[in-house]
Amino acid sequence: MTTPLQVTTARLRIPVTETDHARGPADAPVTIVEYGDFQCRFCGAAYPNLHEVLRQRADTVRLVYRHFPIANVHPYAESAAEAAESAGARGRFWEMHDWLYEHQDQLDPVHLSLGVEQLGLPPEDVDAEVGRHAHADRVRRDFVGGIRSGVNGTPTLFVNEVRHEGGYDLAELLAVVDATATA
Amino acid sequence: MTDPNGLITPGRPAPGFTLPATPDGREVGPGQFRGRPVVLAFYPADFTPVCGEQMTLYQAAMPELERYGAVLLGISVDSVDTHRAFAQSQGVEFPLLADDEPRGEVARRYGAHTPRGEAARALVVIDPEGTVAWSYLSPMDVNPGVDGILDALERLAADRRVTTG
Repeated sequence: MTTPLQVTTARLRIPVTETDHARGPADAPVTIVEYGDFQCRFCGAAYPNLHEVLRQRADTVRLVYRHFPIANVHPYAESAAEAAESAGARGRFWEMHDWLYEHQDQLDPVHLSLGVEQLGLPPEDVDAEVGRHAHADRVRRDFVGGIRSGVNGTPTLFVNEVRHEGGYDLAELLAVVDATATA
Repeated sequence: MTDPNGLITPGRPAPGFTLPATPDGREVGPGQFRGRPVVLAFYPADFTPVCGEQMTLYQAAMPELERYGAVLLGISVDSVDTHRAFAQSQGVEFPLLADDEPRGEVARRYGAHTPRGEAARALVVIDPEGTVAWSYLSPMDVNPGVDGILDALERLAADRRVTTG
């Protein structure tokens, strides 16, 4: 059972289902699954590039977002993820997702509540759901599925279930999408 | 014959040891946890830069390890003082052991050491009886994640269900 220095290509173990948050055509030939943490600055840096990939390859790419909060270093990551789920329960996951990544320095409870209000969601209801961890199980399920797939930090992307080992700048993301689409 | 310089392999008894550990410098070692699986996570140094780096990730994954009743011990050649600062900055609550006197001695006994005498990035899962059940040597610059550990713990739990059956 010893596997010294053998680097195997990690693959996504938890398939995408209709319970996932997905953006882009359901029959897209390329699906990117992102494991992300709303308070992670590397995820924040990848966010506009993923957005641009979806725009430039609108018929080709679907993006699925799963939570991977590292709460011990990112104290607001779990409440942000749960707020996104609370918005998701109201059909507004992606709007909240975008707001969170566009306001990474404002994830404390007061600013988060203002953001929820800005999006036209009911701040008291969302606050209450986050406060009683109504969506914590969902967030945890994403996290556990991630570690079983070998996710070791954020962001981690899987492109058609194969772990993306490269960087997150636009050129590199477009290259992997195009290579996968024509594979 | 196993390579005397290589990482310890499954089936071999886990060498006993204790080392000073966070938070209070108390001596901690795998022998104190017989009856539970013990995970040894050897790593080169505190304060490495990647987001969600290894020990931080392991803290976040602790509830999953605890589902198997497992104990997690982080080990590097850093001192207890350095470990304590690192643990506080990263919210790490499991013990970090100081393999610093003599430097890297425990890592060497597990074959989890580099030529420079620091700990390699290596994982060892010890079964509840004190035998090595799984080991993995990661490239220095790759965070090996938690999946291999959880797979090994899952196999141990399945084996025990069969034998106690």
